[in-house]
Amino acid sequence: MQLSLGPILYFWPRETIEQFYQEMVASPLEVVYLGETVCHKRRSFKTVEWIELARQLTASGKQVVLSTLALIEAGSELGGVKRLCRNGELLVEANDMGAVQLLSEQKLPFVGGATLNIYNAYTLKHLMGAGLRRWVMPVELSRDVLADILADAHKLGIDGELETEVFSFGHMPLAYSARCFTARHHNLAKDDCQLKCIDYPEGLPMYSQDGEEFLTLNGIQTQSGRIQHLLPHWRSLADLGVDFMRISPQPRHTREIVQLYHRVIDGEEGVDTEVNGMLTSPVCDGYWLGKPGMEIIARV
Amino acid sequence: MLKAAVDNGADAVYIGFKDDTNARHFAGLNFNDGSAQKAVRYAHDRGRKVFVAINTYPQPGGWQRWQRAVDGAADLDVDALIIADIGVLAYAAERHPQLSRHLSVQGSATNVEALCFYKEQFDIQRAVIPRVLSLSQVQQLAQKAPVELEVFGFGSLCVMVEGRCLLSSYATGESPNTCGACSPASAVRWEETDRGLESRLNGVLIDRYQEGDPAGYPVVCKGRFNVAGSTYHAIEEPTSLNTLELLPQLQQAGIVAIKIEGRQRSVAYVGKVAGVWRDAIDICAADPGRYVAQGRWMETLAGVSEGAQTTLGAYHRPWQ
Repeated sequence: MQLSLGPILYFWPRETIEQFYQEMVASPLEVVYLGETVCHKRRSFKTVEWIELARQLTASGKQVVLSTLALIEAGSELGGVKRLCRNGELLVEANDMGAVQLLSEQKLPFVGGATLNIYNAYTLKHLMGAGLRRWVMPVELSRDVLADILADAHKLGIDGELETEVFSFGHMPLAYSARCFTARHHNLAKDDCQLKCIDYPEGLPMYSQDGEEFLTLNGIQTQSGRIQHLLPHWRSLADLGVDFMRISPQPRHTREIVQLYHRVIDGEEGVDTEVNGMLTSPVCDGYWLGKPGMEIIARV
Repeated sequence: MLKAAVDNGADAVYIGFKDDTNARHFAGLNFNDGSAQKAVRYAHDRGRKVFVAINTYPQPGGWQRWQRAVDGAADLDVDALIIADIGVLAYAAERHPQLSRHLSVQGSATNVEALCFYKEQFDIQRAVIPRVLSLSQVQQLAQKAPVELEVFGFGSLCVMVEGRCLLSSYATGESPNTCGACSPASAVRWEETDRGLESRLNGVLIDRYQEGDPAGYPVVCKGRFNVAGSTYHAIEEPTSLNTLELLPQLQQAGIVAIKIEGRQRSVAYVGKVAGVWRDAIDICAADPGRYVAQGRWMETLAGVSEGAQTTLGAYHRPWQ
């Protein structure tokens, strides 16, 4: 089992991003995903600058993967995805079939992101024919479904070259829209959003009227209100043959979270997997156990 | 239901089988083999088409059910399959290459490269485009698309990209992708309280209504929530999409079909809505330059709409 760092899902200022990755260089992460996956208007880094940062991080010994936009609508957005897919050297995480097409045309291996909707081994098999070598399970699937998919993959003879990654820590991306909910909150049209997302480094919490932290608004993306935390279940992931647990960047304590995950999966005994003290939202693990995603089952 | 659509001018009708292989998996809906056969005959006798939606994402335990649905639809001699899952598309293309394949809206294809992927890999004939593109984006996509395009014209407004929304399973364990259901009725609770009438979805308070407020079905994305101190429809109001006034532009862009929500609705609704759109499309086709969305059409559609108000949704850029 190895640890990966997902792309930053929020709009952070350039200096914050630079500092964040400087910290991550020394962390026990094997893989780092870079790039803007939510909104093309967030340009702390231009596409070419993400590629440049990726080169620098590669030189420091990490495997770096460039992540593409999940929802591609405008021609300019597709242009950015093309530049990433045609970078010429670095592995790409395709988060839309448009990116899959661009990568498979070049006969390049790629990582299939969670939004590709891979729900069975037959889909895996077909996408492997197009170049997929690693896949990120859709966040709504459970341990049992993953076990069945991987068993089917074995029967189809495709498991040998396949790596599996599971979104293990962070607010889960749940939905994408044409509408920007952050702009809507400020009564602004999307075309005149004034880049308000910069004010919400961990998204904008959305509560039910009786005070439950239900969802997180993050521009055009809607995330879980709770933070998925699968460290207490890491052995069941490892037993299934999951290769990577993905940690999604948070504005604070990401380094400590990575350290904690590393110590536990590295076999250190007696480590407390409790993270509540470092988080601003409660944790959940329902999806992994076949329940509604917002539920918390594990007692750590 | 299918008769109401055919009798009032629908060129094609979507049907689904009575299980979780389609994205309208609700009690009392959909077809078994016998009723599907009759439905296909009824439509074909009148020169209309039947498309079968097999547009959820099969998980390992259910794979044979999706295979059976594809084979069953082929046996029924339907006119096309509407599919989202890559595995199911591959199966259908290999097993029944002569049967047209449409990419379901649940396949989330919003750009030309994605459409090229599905065309090259599975030779799809048509794609249904998610309700997230603006009119000018639809026009641009239509210019380059390697396949026919079908767009949403009228029905409930999904504010999220279809096929990429897990809000329902986050709250209830069931989603369109996994179960063909969004905000399932089994998870809904209504309760009169001192604070008003409350609707909950698996315990989550979706909305609270005071006397006189029109109460709507608690779909996750259409409730009123609290964000930074204000309580409002933070994601979307309960409205319907109505693109009647965009017909000339859609026609000019080369859109081959307008999709109208009908399953999960009453026979009277289907008849009225199909009738209005048949009239509108015929009048628009005859003389697009002079076409205007007539007041009586808009009234009829507004009368059957969710929340009794309609919007152009994402087609109209300021909505976004």
